[in-house]
Amino acid sequence: MSCELSRTHLHAYLDGELDAPAASSFEQHLASCHECTSALANEQALRASFARSNLYERAPAGLRQKISASLPVVTSETARRAIPWRWPVLVAASLLFAFLGWQFFSGALHRPAQTAFANAILDAHLRSLQPGHLTDVESTDQHTVKPWFDGKIDFAPPVRDFAAAGFPLVGGRLDVVDGQTVAVLVYGRRKHFVNVFVWKATDTKPWTGSGAAQGYHWLAWEKDSLYFCAISDAVPADLDQLKQLIQSE
Amino acid sequence: MLERNDRVRFEEIVLPHLDAAFNLARWLLRGRADAEDVTQEAVLRAYRFFGAFRAGDARAWLLQIVRNCCFTWLQKNRPMEDLTELQEEFLPVERDTPETLAIAKSDREDLTRALEQLPAHFREVLVLRELEGCSYKEIAEITSRPMGTVMSSLARARQQLRQALLHSSSKEARHEL
Repeated sequence: MSCELSRTHLHAYLDGELDAPAASSFEQHLASCHECTSALANEQALRASFARSNLYERAPAGLRQKISASLPVVTSETARRAIPWRWPVLVAASLLFAFLGWQFFSGALHRPAQTAFANAILDAHLRSLQPGHLTDVESTDQHTVKPWFDGKIDFAPPVRDFAAAGFPLVGGRLDVVDGQTVAVLVYGRRKHFVNVFVWKATDTKPWTGSGAAQGYHWLAWEKDSLYFCAISDAVPADLDQLKQLIQSE
Repeated sequence: MLERNDRVRFEEIVLPHLDAAFNLARWLLRGRADAEDVTQEAVLRAYRFFGAFRAGDARAWLLQIVRNCCFTWLQKNRPMEDLTELQEEFLPVERDTPETLAIAKSDREDLTRALEQLPAHFREVLVLRELEGCSYKEIAEITSRPMGTVMSSLARARQQLRQALLHSSSKEARHEL
Protein backbone atom coordinates (compact mmCIF):
# COMPACT_ATOMS: atom_id res chain seq x y z
CA MET A 1 0.00 0.00 0.00
CA SER A 2 1.69 3.14 -1.09
CA CYS A 3 -0.98 5.77 -0.56
CA GLU A 4 0.03 7.89 2.41
CA LEU A 5 -3.55 8.82 3.28
CA SER A 6 -4.51 5.18 3.75
CA ARG A 7 -2.03 5.15 6.63
CA THR A 8 -2.85 8.48 8.16
CA HIS A 9 -6.57 9.01 7.52
CA LEU A 10 -8.36 5.81 6.64
CA HIS A 11 -9.01 4.46 10.13
CA ALA A 12 -9.79 7.84 11.60
CA TYR A 13 -12.31 8.30 8.79
CA LEU A 14 -13.81 4.86 9.41
CA ASP A 15 -14.10 5.59 13.13
CA GLY A 16 -15.67 9.00 12.67
CA GLU A 17 -12.68 10.72 14.25
CA LEU A 18 -12.00 13.18 11.43
CA ASP A 19 -13.51 16.63 11.61
CA ALA A 20 -15.91 17.58 8.85
CA PRO A 21 -13.43 19.32 6.49
CA ALA A 22 -10.89 16.49 6.81
CA ALA A 23 -13.59 13.87 6.29
CA SER A 24 -14.90 15.57 3.20
CA SER A 25 -11.46 15.98 1.66
CA PHE A 26 -10.75 12.31 2.38
CA GLU A 27 -14.00 11.43 0.60
CA GLN A 28 -12.83 13.40 -2.42
CA HIS A 29 -9.58 11.49 -2.29
CA LEU A 30 -11.49 8.18 -2.16
CA ALA A 31 -13.14 8.98 -5.46
CA SER A 32 -9.78 8.88 -7.21
CA CYS A 33 -7.74 6.41 -5.11
CA HIS A 34 -8.38 2.78 -5.77
CA GLU A 35 -6.11 1.63 -2.95
CA CYS A 36 -7.92 3.58 -0.29
CA THR A 37 -11.31 2.59 -1.65
CA SER A 38 -10.57 -1.11 -1.50
CA ALA A 39 -8.82 -0.83 1.87
CA LEU A 40 -11.87 0.98 3.22
CA ALA A 41 -14.14 -1.74 1.81
CA ASN A 42 -12.10 -4.34 3.71
CA GLU A 43 -12.37 -2.42 6.94
CA GLN A 44 -16.08 -1.90 6.46
CA ALA A 45 -16.56 -5.61 5.81
CA LEU A 46 -14.77 -6.31 9.08
CA ARG A 47 -16.93 -3.83 10.91
CA ALA A 48 -20.08 -5.34 9.37
CA SER A 49 -18.90 -8.72 10.59
CA PHE A 50 -18.65 -7.31 14.14
CA ALA A 51 -22.10 -5.79 13.86
CA ARG A 52 -23.55 -9.07 12.62
CA SER A 53 -21.86 -11.25 15.20
CA ASN A 54 -23.06 -9.43 18.29
CA LEU A 55 -20.09 -10.47 20.41
CA TYR A 56 -20.95 -8.17 23.31
CA GLU A 57 -21.30 -10.26 26.46
CA ARG A 58 -23.29 -8.81 29.32
CA ALA A 59 -22.54 -9.43 32.95
CA PRO A 60 -24.51 -12.34 34.38
CA ALA A 61 -27.36 -11.14 36.58
CA GLY A 62 -25.89 -12.90 39.60
CA LEU A 63 -22.69 -10.88 39.36
CA ARG A 64 -24.49 -7.58 39.84
CA GLN A 65 -26.19 -8.91 42.94
CA LYS A 66 -22.96 -10.44 44.24
CA ILE A 67 -21.15 -7.12 43.85
CA SER A 68 -23.96 -5.06 45.39
CA ALA A 69 -24.01 -7.43 48.33
CA SER A 70 -20.25 -7.29 48.83
CA LEU A 71 -19.85 -3.51 48.76
CA PRO A 72 -18.93 -2.58 52.30
CA VAL A 73 -21.70 -0.63 54.00
CA VAL A 74 -21.12 2.35 56.24
CA THR A 75 -22.06 0.93 59.62
CA SER A 76 -23.91 2.84 62.30
CA GLU A 77 -20.78 2.30 64.40
CA THR A 78 -18.60 4.36 62.09
CA ALA A 79 -21.35 6.89 61.57
CA ARG A 80 -21.56 7.38 65.31
CA ARG A 81 -17.83 7.90 65.62
CA ALA A 82 -17.76 10.23 62.67
CA ILE A 83 -20.57 12.51 63.81
CA PRO A 84 -20.25 13.74 67.40
CA TRP A 85 -23.24 16.07 66.90
CA ARG A 86 -25.54 13.20 66.05
CA TRP A 87 -28.23 13.93 68.67
CA PRO A 88 -29.39 17.24 67.25
CA VAL A 89 -29.27 15.66 63.82
CA LEU A 90 -31.31 12.69 64.96
CA VAL A 91 -33.92 14.92 66.56
CA ALA A 92 -34.13 17.10 63.46
CA ALA A 93 -34.31 14.01 61.28
CA SER A 94 -37.09 12.47 63.37
CA LEU A 95 -39.08 15.69 63.16
CA LEU A 96 -38.52 15.82 59.42
CA PHE A 97 -39.54 12.20 58.97
CA ALA A 98 -42.60 12.70 61.13
CA PHE A 99 -43.55 15.69 59.01
CA LEU A 100 -42.91 13.85 55.73
CA GLY A 101 -44.76 10.82 57.07
CA TRP A 102 -47.74 12.95 57.85
CA GLN A 103 -47.50 14.72 54.48
CA PHE A 104 -47.42 11.55 52.52
CA PHE A 105 -49.52 9.40 54.78
CA SER A 106 -52.30 8.77 52.32
CA GLY A 107 -49.92 8.30 49.43
CA ALA A 108 -47.69 6.01 51.44
CA LEU A 109 -50.45 3.48 51.99
CA HIS A 110 -49.86 1.83 48.65
CA ARG A 111 -46.11 2.26 48.83
CA PRO A 112 -45.21 -1.27 49.98
CA ALA A 113 -47.19 -2.64 47.07
CA GLN A 114 -45.28 -0.29 44.77
CA THR A 115 -41.93 -1.46 46.12
CA ALA A 116 -42.99 -5.07 45.69
CA PHE A 117 -43.99 -4.35 42.12
CA ALA A 118 -40.71 -2.53 41.40
CA ASN A 119 -38.84 -5.55 42.74
CA ALA A 120 -40.94 -7.87 40.58
CA ILE A 121 -40.17 -5.70 37.54
CA LEU A 122 -36.46 -5.72 38.38
CA ASP A 123 -36.52 -9.52 38.67
CA ALA A 124 -38.29 -9.78 35.32
CA HIS A 125 -35.74 -7.41 33.78
CA LEU A 126 -32.79 -9.44 35.11
CA ARG A 127 -34.43 -12.66 33.90
CA SER A 128 -34.88 -11.16 30.44
CA LEU A 129 -31.15 -10.46 30.19
CA GLN A 130 -30.32 -14.15 30.54
CA PRO A 131 -29.39 -15.62 27.15
CA GLY A 132 -32.46 -16.29 25.00
CA HIS A 133 -34.99 -14.62 27.30
CA LEU A 134 -35.08 -11.11 25.91
CA THR A 135 -37.70 -11.41 23.19
CA ASP A 136 -40.47 -13.74 22.03
CA VAL A 137 -40.78 -11.84 18.80
CA GLU A 138 -37.56 -10.30 17.57
CA SER A 139 -38.04 -7.58 15.03
CA THR A 140 -37.22 -3.96 14.50
CA ASP A 141 -40.46 -3.62 12.56
CA GLN A 142 -43.33 -2.27 14.61
CA HIS A 143 -45.76 -3.79 12.13
CA THR A 144 -44.42 -7.22 13.02
CA VAL A 145 -44.23 -6.72 16.76
CA LYS A 146 -47.61 -5.05 17.26
CA PRO A 147 -49.78 -7.77 15.65
CA TRP A 148 -47.81 -10.41 17.53
CA PHE A 149 -49.50 -9.27 20.74
CA ASP A 150 -52.98 -9.70 19.20
CA GLY A 151 -54.95 -12.41 20.91
CA LYS A 152 -52.30 -12.95 23.56
CA ILE A 153 -53.41 -10.09 25.79
CA ASP A 154 -56.64 -8.13 26.08
CA PHE A 155 -55.14 -4.72 25.37
CA ALA A 156 -53.02 -3.24 22.60
CA PRO A 157 -49.70 -1.80 23.75
CA PRO A 158 -48.44 1.10 21.61
CA VAL A 159 -45.56 -0.32 19.58
CA ARG A 160 -43.31 2.05 17.69
CA ASP A 161 -39.72 2.02 16.58
CA PHE A 162 -37.68 5.02 17.77
CA ALA A 163 -34.44 4.16 15.97
CA ALA A 164 -34.17 7.71 14.65
CA ALA A 165 -34.12 9.03 18.21
CA GLY A 166 -31.56 6.43 19.32
CA PHE A 167 -33.97 3.84 20.71
CA PRO A 168 -34.25 1.09 18.08
CA LEU A 169 -37.04 -1.41 18.66
CA VAL A 170 -35.54 -4.84 19.35
CA GLY A 171 -38.72 -6.87 19.81
CA GLY A 172 -41.42 -7.82 22.25
CA ARG A 173 -42.40 -10.58 24.64
CA LEU A 174 -44.97 -11.57 27.19
CA ASP A 175 -44.00 -11.74 30.81
CA VAL A 176 -45.70 -12.40 34.10
CA VAL A 177 -45.06 -9.84 36.81
CA ASP A 178 -46.58 -10.23 40.22
CA GLY A 179 -49.11 -12.73 38.87
CA GLN A 180 -50.20 -10.42 36.07
CA THR A 181 -49.59 -10.96 32.36
CA VAL A 182 -47.81 -7.97 30.89
CA ALA A 183 -46.57 -6.97 27.46
CA VAL A 184 -42.91 -6.04 27.22
CA LEU A 185 -41.40 -3.88 24.51
CA VAL A 186 -37.65 -4.15 24.19
CA TYR A 187 -35.63 -1.19 22.99
CA GLY A 188 -31.91 -0.80 22.46
CA ARG A 189 -30.06 2.18 23.85
CA ARG A 190 -26.42 2.31 22.81
CA LYS A 191 -25.09 -0.89 24.40
CA HIS A 192 -28.00 -1.22 26.79
CA PHE A 193 -31.42 -2.76 26.64
CA VAL A 194 -34.53 -1.06 27.93
CA ASN A 195 -37.51 -3.19 28.87
CA VAL A 196 -40.81 -1.31 28.78
CA PHE A 197 -43.48 -3.24 30.70
CA VAL A 198 -47.05 -2.39 29.72
CA TRP A 199 -50.14 -3.61 31.52
CA LYS A 200 -53.76 -2.69 31.93
CA ALA A 201 -54.61 -0.36 34.77
CA THR A 202 -56.74 -2.47 37.08
CA ASP A 203 -55.73 -0.86 40.34
CA THR A 204 -57.56 2.39 41.04
CA LYS A 205 -54.39 4.04 42.32
CA PRO A 206 -51.99 5.10 39.60
CA TRP A 207 -48.64 3.43 39.88
CA THR A 208 -46.12 6.06 38.89
CA GLY A 209 -42.74 7.29 39.94
CA SER A 210 -39.13 6.32 39.54
CA GLY A 211 -36.41 4.63 41.47
CA ALA A 212 -33.15 2.75 41.37
CA ALA A 213 -32.00 -0.61 42.65
CA GLN A 214 -28.85 -2.63 42.10
CA GLY A 215 -27.57 -0.25 39.46
CA TYR A 216 -30.82 -0.30 37.45
CA HIS A 217 -33.22 2.59 37.06
CA TRP A 218 -36.95 2.37 36.56
CA LEU A 219 -39.52 4.92 35.58
CA ALA A 220 -43.26 4.28 35.72
CA TRP A 221 -46.17 6.27 34.36
CA GLU A 222 -49.79 5.94 33.35
CA LYS A 223 -51.39 6.82 30.06
CA ASP A 224 -54.78 5.96 28.54
CA SER A 225 -55.59 3.41 31.24
CA LEU A 226 -52.30 1.61 30.65
CA TYR A 227 -49.42 1.48 33.07
CA PHE A 228 -45.89 1.67 31.76
CA CYS A 229 -42.64 0.88 33.50
CA ALA A 230 -39.30 1.34 31.71
CA ILE A 231 -36.27 -0.27 33.32
CA SER A 232 -32.64 -0.37 32.26
CA ASP A 233 -29.05 0.11 33.32
CA ALA A 234 -28.94 3.10 30.96
CA VAL A 235 -28.88 6.53 32.61
CA PRO A 236 -32.19 7.89 34.02
CA ALA A 237 -32.22 10.68 31.41
CA ASP A 238 -32.51 8.00 28.70
CA LEU A 239 -35.61 6.59 30.37
CA ASP A 240 -37.15 10.06 30.52
CA GLN A 241 -36.45 10.53 26.84
CA LEU A 242 -37.99 7.18 25.97
CA LYS A 243 -41.06 8.03 28.05
CA GLN A 244 -41.48 11.28 26.09
CA LEU A 245 -41.20 9.36 22.83
CA ILE A 246 -43.77 6.76 23.88
CA GLN A 247 -46.14 9.45 25.11
CA SER A 248 -45.88 11.55 21.97
CA GLU A 249 -48.48 10.57 19.44
CA MET B 1 -14.23 5.27 54.76
CA LEU B 2 -16.74 6.22 52.15
CA GLU B 3 -19.80 8.14 53.15
CA ARG B 4 -23.21 6.61 52.67
CA ASN B 5 -24.06 8.92 49.78
CA ASP B 6 -20.79 7.92 48.11
CA ARG B 7 -22.14 4.40 47.98
CA VAL B 8 -25.33 5.65 46.38
CA ARG B 9 -23.30 7.68 43.89
CA PHE B 10 -21.15 4.65 43.14
CA GLU B 11 -24.25 2.57 42.46
CA GLU B 12 -25.65 5.30 40.25
CA ILE B 13 -22.66 6.27 38.15
CA VAL B 14 -20.25 3.33 38.20
CA LEU B 15 -22.33 0.15 38.50
CA PRO B 16 -24.36 0.90 35.34
CA HIS B 17 -21.11 0.16 33.47
CA LEU B 18 -20.88 -3.36 34.85
CA ASP B 19 -21.72 -4.88 31.47
CA ALA B 20 -18.90 -2.92 29.84
CA ALA B 21 -16.53 -4.08 32.58
CA PHE B 22 -17.56 -7.70 32.22
CA ASN B 23 -17.42 -7.65 28.43
CA LEU B 24 -13.88 -6.26 28.40
CA ALA B 25 -12.73 -8.81 31.01
CA ARG B 26 -14.42 -11.65 29.15
CA TRP B 27 -12.51 -10.88 25.93
CA LEU B 28 -9.21 -10.13 27.64
CA LEU B 29 -9.34 -13.32 29.71
CA ARG B 30 -11.19 -15.39 27.09
CA GLY B 31 -13.61 -16.91 29.55
CA ARG B 32 -16.75 -15.98 31.44
CA ALA B 33 -15.89 -17.59 34.76
CA ASP B 34 -12.52 -15.85 35.09
CA ALA B 35 -14.10 -12.64 33.81
CA GLU B 36 -16.68 -12.80 36.57
CA ASP B 37 -14.02 -13.13 39.27
CA VAL B 38 -11.78 -10.39 37.90
CA THR B 39 -14.70 -8.03 37.23
CA GLN B 40 -15.85 -8.39 40.80
CA GLU B 41 -12.34 -7.76 42.08
CA ALA B 42 -11.99 -4.72 39.81
CA VAL B 43 -15.32 -3.19 40.86
CA LEU B 44 -14.50 -3.61 44.54
CA ARG B 45 -11.15 -1.99 43.88
CA ALA B 46 -12.92 0.84 42.07
CA TYR B 47 -15.17 1.23 45.11
CA ARG B 48 -12.16 1.54 47.39
CA PHE B 49 -10.66 4.22 45.19
CA PHE B 50 -13.96 5.93 44.46
CA GLY B 51 -12.99 8.79 46.74
CA ALA B 52 -10.37 9.77 44.17
CA PHE B 53 -12.94 9.86 41.35
CA ARG B 54 -14.86 13.12 41.42
CA ALA B 55 -16.04 13.84 37.93
CA GLY B 56 -15.44 12.74 34.38
CA ASP B 57 -16.09 9.62 32.37
CA ALA B 58 -17.08 6.90 34.86
CA ARG B 59 -17.05 4.19 32.19
CA ALA B 60 -13.50 4.98 31.08
CA TRP B 61 -12.40 5.19 34.71
CA LEU B 62 -13.88 1.79 35.54
CA LEU B 63 -12.60 0.15 32.35
CA GLN B 64 -9.09 1.38 33.09
CA ILE B 65 -9.20 -0.40 36.45
CA VAL B 66 -10.70 -3.52 34.86
CA ARG B 67 -8.04 -3.77 32.17
CA ASN B 68 -5.25 -3.27 34.68
CA CYS B 69 -6.69 -6.04 36.86
CA CYS B 70 -6.99 -8.26 33.78
CA PHE B 71 -3.38 -7.78 32.69
CA THR B 72 -2.15 -8.40 36.22
CA TRP B 73 -4.26 -11.55 36.33
CA LEU B 74 -2.94 -12.73 32.96
CA GLN B 75 0.67 -12.22 34.03
CA LYS B 76 0.07 -14.24 37.15
CA ASN B 77 -2.21 -16.99 35.89
CA ARG B 78 -1.34 -17.37 32.22
CA PRO B 79 2.41 -16.98 31.95
CA MET B 80 2.25 -18.27 28.37
CA GLU B 81 -0.17 -15.54 27.29
CA ASP B 82 1.14 -13.30 24.54
CA LEU B 83 1.35 -9.86 26.10
CA THR B 84 3.26 -8.30 23.21
CA GLU B 85 2.65 -4.58 23.17
CA LEU B 86 1.34 -3.05 20.01
CA GLN B 87 4.20 -1.64 18.00
CA GLU B 88 3.78 1.95 17.04
CA GLU B 89 5.16 1.67 13.54
CA PHE B 90 2.89 0.43 10.81
CA LEU B 91 3.16 -2.88 9.10
CA PRO B 92 2.70 -2.44 5.39
CA VAL B 93 -0.83 -3.44 4.52
CA GLU B 94 -0.96 -6.39 2.17
CA ARG B 95 -1.95 -5.84 -1.40
CA ASP B 96 -5.48 -6.19 -2.66
CA THR B 97 -6.79 -9.65 -2.06
CA PRO B 98 -10.30 -11.02 -2.40
CA GLU B 99 -10.49 -10.76 1.37
CA THR B 100 -13.59 -8.59 1.49
CA LEU B 101 -15.59 -11.55 0.31
CA ALA B 102 -14.07 -13.92 2.87
CA ILE B 103 -14.69 -11.45 5.67
CA ALA B 104 -18.21 -10.83 4.49
CA LYS B 105 -18.87 -14.56 4.78
CA SER B 106 -17.39 -14.92 8.26
CA ASP B 107 -19.83 -15.73 11.02
CA ARG B 108 -19.89 -15.23 14.77
CA GLU B 109 -17.84 -18.33 15.41
CA ASP B 110 -15.13 -17.36 12.91
CA LEU B 111 -14.86 -13.90 14.38
CA THR B 112 -14.74 -15.17 17.96
CA ARG B 113 -12.00 -17.63 17.06
CA ALA B 114 -9.99 -15.03 15.16
CA LEU B 115 -10.34 -12.44 17.91
CA GLU B 116 -9.27 -14.90 20.60
CA GLN B 117 -6.13 -15.77 18.62
CA LEU B 118 -4.84 -12.21 18.81
CA PRO B 119 -2.49 -11.01 21.54
CA ALA B 120 -4.35 -9.45 24.47
CA HIS B 121 -3.36 -5.85 23.65
CA PHE B 122 -4.80 -6.25 20.15
CA ARG B 123 -8.03 -7.74 21.48
CA GLU B 124 -8.29 -4.89 23.92
CA VAL B 125 -8.37 -2.04 21.39
CA LEU B 126 -10.73 -3.96 19.12
CA VAL B 127 -13.18 -4.73 21.92
CA LEU B 128 -13.10 -1.12 23.13
CA ARG B 129 -13.68 0.27 19.65
CA GLU B 130 -15.94 -2.29 17.95
CA LEU B 131 -17.95 -3.66 20.88
CA GLU B 132 -17.87 -0.84 23.39
CA GLY B 133 -17.96 1.98 20.82
CA CYS B 134 -15.25 4.00 22.60
CA SER B 135 -13.76 7.07 20.95
CA TYR B 136 -10.00 7.34 20.39
CA LYS B 137 -9.83 9.70 23.34
CA GLU B 138 -11.55 7.19 25.62
CA ILE B 139 -9.35 4.35 24.40
CA ALA B 140 -6.29 6.49 25.09
CA GLU B 141 -7.54 7.13 28.60
CA ILE B 142 -8.43 3.51 29.35
CA THR B 143 -5.24 1.99 27.97
CA SER B 144 -2.92 4.80 29.12
CA ARG B 145 -1.58 5.21 25.59
CA PRO B 146 -0.86 8.53 23.96
CA MET B 147 -3.83 9.64 21.89
CA GLY B 148 -1.66 9.70 18.76
CA THR B 149 -0.96 5.97 18.83
CA VAL B 150 -4.54 4.79 19.27
CA MET B 151 -5.29 4.94 15.57
CA SER B 152 -2.16 3.06 14.54
CA SER B 153 -2.81 0.46 17.26
CA LEU B 154 -6.30 -0.08 15.94
CA ALA B 155 -5.11 -0.25 12.35
CA ARG B 156 -2.63 -2.95 13.27
CA ALA B 157 -5.08 -4.87 15.39
CA ARG B 158 -7.62 -4.83 12.56
CA GLN B 159 -5.05 -6.02 10.10
CA GLN B 160 -4.11 -8.91 12.40
CA LEU B 161 -7.75 -9.78 12.87
CA ARG B 162 -8.39 -9.83 9.12
CA GLN B 163 -5.40 -12.09 8.63
CA ALA B 164 -6.62 -14.42 11.35
CA LEU B 165 -10.05 -14.49 9.73
CA LEU B 166 -8.62 -15.22 6.29
CA HIS B 167 -6.39 -17.90 7.72
CA SER B 168 -9.30 -19.68 9.33
CA SER B 169 -11.48 -19.35 6.25
CA SER B 170 -8.75 -20.71 3.94
CA LYS B 171 -8.31 -23.63 6.33
CA GLU B 172 -12.02 -24.27 6.14
CA ALA B 173 -11.91 -24.12 2.36
CA ARG B 174 -9.18 -26.74 2.31
CA HIS B 175 -11.15 -28.82 4.74
CA GLU B 176 -14.17 -28.70 2.47
CA LEU B 177 -12.08 -29.92 -0.49
